[in-house]
Amino acid sequence: MQCGDDTTTSENSMSLKKTLSVASPLTLRIVAECPVTKARACELVLPHGAVNTPVFMPVGTQGTMKGITVDQLDALGCRICLGNTYHLGMRPGPDLIEKARGLHGFMNWKRNLLTDSGGFQMVSLVELSEVTEEGVKFKSPYDGKEILLSPEKSISIQNSLGSDIMMQLDDVVSSTVTGPRVEEAMHRSIRWLDRCIAANKNPDKQNLFAIIQGGLNAELRKACLDEMTRRDVPGFAIGGLSGGEEKDDFWRMVTLSTDHLPREKPRYLMGVGYAVDLVVCVALGCDMFDCVFPTRTARFGSALVPWGSLQVKQKQYAKDLQPIDPDCQCPTCKRHSRAYLHALFKSDTAAMHHITIHNISYQLTLMRSVRQSIVDGRFPDFIRTFMKRLFPSRDQYPSWAVDALASVNVTLE
Amino acid sequence: MAGSRMKLELSRVLQGGGRLGVLRGLGRTGQHSLELPGCLLYTHFGTVPHLTQDTLHTLSSLPSVTQVTLSNVAEHQEVLEDFTDGFGKFAGLHDTVLYCSLHDPATVCPAGYTTNKTVSVWGSGGRIELTAAKFMALQKTIRPDWYQSMADGETWQVNTSRKRVRKSVDRTLAHLDECLLLHEKSQELEGVSVFGVVEGGDILEERVRSARETAKRPVAGFCLDGLQTGSVDQPLRTRLIAAATKELPEDKPRLLQGVGRPDEVLLSVEAGADIFEGFFPFQVTERGCALCFDYDISPDPERAVLDPDEEKAEKAGDSPQNGDTPRADQTQMTSFEMDLKDKRYQDDFRPLVEGCGCYCCKTHQRAYLHHLLVTNELLAGVLLMIHNVAHYQGFFRALRGALATDKLDVLKRRVLSDAGGRTERKE
Repeated sequence: MQCGDDTTTSENSMSLKKTLSVASPLTLRIVAECPVTKARACELVLPHGAVNTPVFMPVGTQGTMKGITVDQLDALGCRICLGNTYHLGMRPGPDLIEKARGLHGFMNWKRNLLTDSGGFQMVSLVELSEVTEEGVKFKSPYDGKEILLSPEKSISIQNSLGSDIMMQLDDVVSSTVTGPRVEEAMHRSIRWLDRCIAANKNPDKQNLFAIIQGGLNAELRKACLDEMTRRDVPGFAIGGLSGGEEKDDFWRMVTLSTDHLPREKPRYLMGVGYAVDLVVCVALGCDMFDCVFPTRTARFGSALVPWGSLQVKQKQYAKDLQPIDPDCQCPTCKRHSRAYLHALFKSDTAAMHHITIHNISYQLTLMRSVRQSIVDGRFPDFIRTFMKRLFPSRDQYPSWAVDALASVNVTLE
Repeated sequence: MAGSRMKLELSRVLQGGGRLGVLRGLGRTGQHSLELPGCLLYTHFGTVPHLTQDTLHTLSSLPSVTQVTLSNVAEHQEVLEDFTDGFGKFAGLHDTVLYCSLHDPATVCPAGYTTNKTVSVWGSGGRIELTAAKFMALQKTIRPDWYQSMADGETWQVNTSRKRVRKSVDRTLAHLDECLLLHEKSQELEGVSVFGVVEGGDILEERVRSARETAKRPVAGFCLDGLQTGSVDQPLRTRLIAAATKELPEDKPRLLQGVGRPDEVLLSVEAGADIFEGFFPFQVTERGCALCFDYDISPDPERAVLDPDEEKAEKAGDSPQNGDTPRADQTQMTSFEMDLKDKRYQDDFRPLVEGCGCYCCKTHQRAYLHHLLVTNELLAGVLLMIHNVAHYQGFFRALRGALATDKLDVLKRRVLSDAGGRTERKE
């Protein structure tokens, strides 16, 4: 609360910016705003370098990007990736990582890192978890010991990890749950935000993001937005979505959130990574995204392409001598054919690495093109071309995407 | 010589049989060479296990010859026939010599499937039976620069009868004659080198007979089969190699199959072997280990003596020492490596091997590798493979250096009797 209260009254964006640049290790420079949609292209400067947004952040759960070296990830143009606090807190543990000079030192990644709070994994992975005002109680899957993840504990671990962006511990409820539990979770998340802000030992080096909750209820979302935007946090995440809810509800909650988030601060939409979702949500005003999907699906042989995906292991590619995507400039597409990758899947795990590299490259390239089109003032056209390429015909456009885009003045012909 | 351009230049031959030299004239245009004693680049279907071209090329000195095995390739014959440009191009290998062997040296294949007319290889889809015609048709589609002739090497099991051994020698010679006949008729294989296979199990007379007979054929070099780790012990292997190579022309290279342990490599080189398959670093990688044996024999005064306490501590965790039973399972850890899954590396922030210049050692620490291994992360295999290939290549460089400077004894002492002698040095 202490650092939340003294700046919240400043409505003036100029003075707010000034305060922020002094108070937090983050600056956001808005490079261009789309005159039609809510999209923006920014430069987000963090302790480990600048990040161009909109940005997709690949997920390296256990301090490694699924078979890819840090140099490969860097060469693909990745400037920020994720680590998971729950996993890293368990193994190798915060003390060891601190000894290794933080997660950056431990994995030798010179660019930015974002860590989650650990709360989501606890609720989704660990069966025996109980949420109280104190925090999330769970049994360690390694030794069965009961552990309490409180807001203070989450921030303490994230302080040890030394991430450039930390996430507050929030009270996560499945997005399909309705009723009083959603409201309770929303209010608790606000209280936990204040505890997280107070617990942050490194506000000069590590940015703490708030997470907007409120389920699929517009009033609760709005109430959460009102409260949380009063705190002087360096950035905001839109949470509690991407959990199996109707897409119609999803995009309405996203656009409601961006409507009320301050223009000067980055907006991070958690758990979103499908190409359509990315493009639509950029149009709705989001800057940052993460998702395990591109790297996970790669290991099953699914390569992302502008027309959807390509299942390399399917028989139809056994004799297909083209690269995965003839227009792709990634190391995999420049050297290997679908047929070779198809065969390699039967012989070696390197096949997975090839697809992982391609998929990360696809995501980052997509976001770079999105950004460039915003800078060039042709984002609406980009969206139309993108949709045409992705779907064989107009009637296959998902209706939620059509509606969402219409809400920001983009009509798809 | 079946049109082969392969040319062996020996610069030194030790009295016992150890040879130092260069194998020149490799590749379609003959511009590649392989220093001997040397080892090949081990691959799965043209890919060094776990590595992409980017990670592979962090290694500064890669072997100029890439090994691919028919067991991986045979089931993909159709697409290779469509492709028509050969396996190397198909696999994205642009500047390497391609050697095609029959079996994967890191995999034991079931015995009992060789007949007078066929050999069998095991791919991901099961057994593929190859007649000489099918075998040669495969070679034509793969278009290697160099390949191993068909062979019956099923003599590695304990208690293989003399009759069976004799049969393996006879069959392998018959296979070779058939392959050579088809080879000479094939335009596609012009300029491609064929290695004849010397069999004979653990019976000296059969080894000698096999070598003598194979040497009469127009082959570019020889594979010594049936002597792999686990089939014979090293003293016997040494005798058999020495006896066989005595029958072989000095100007042709000898490739010893299935032997990769550094101690066995050293003794086999002394007995007359020139080329080894590079599968050992892969086996070490698969068990989560890193090669760390010391092969440095440079008279560097800076080189500190091993800290005795630390050495003891290091050795305590290794079960088998050098000289462990040669018939031991090849998946067993040897004393040439360190087990990074071991808890003692959990907070060890040193590189795998102090002073190692590989990407893994320059970028990461033991504690990180330990973490990747205990969490089953794919990057563990990538990083370990890079280090292990680098370390193994360094060993072969040291071996050539030792031969060149008459210091093979020093190297042997370091690697053999100094078993478990770590590259750990006091900081």
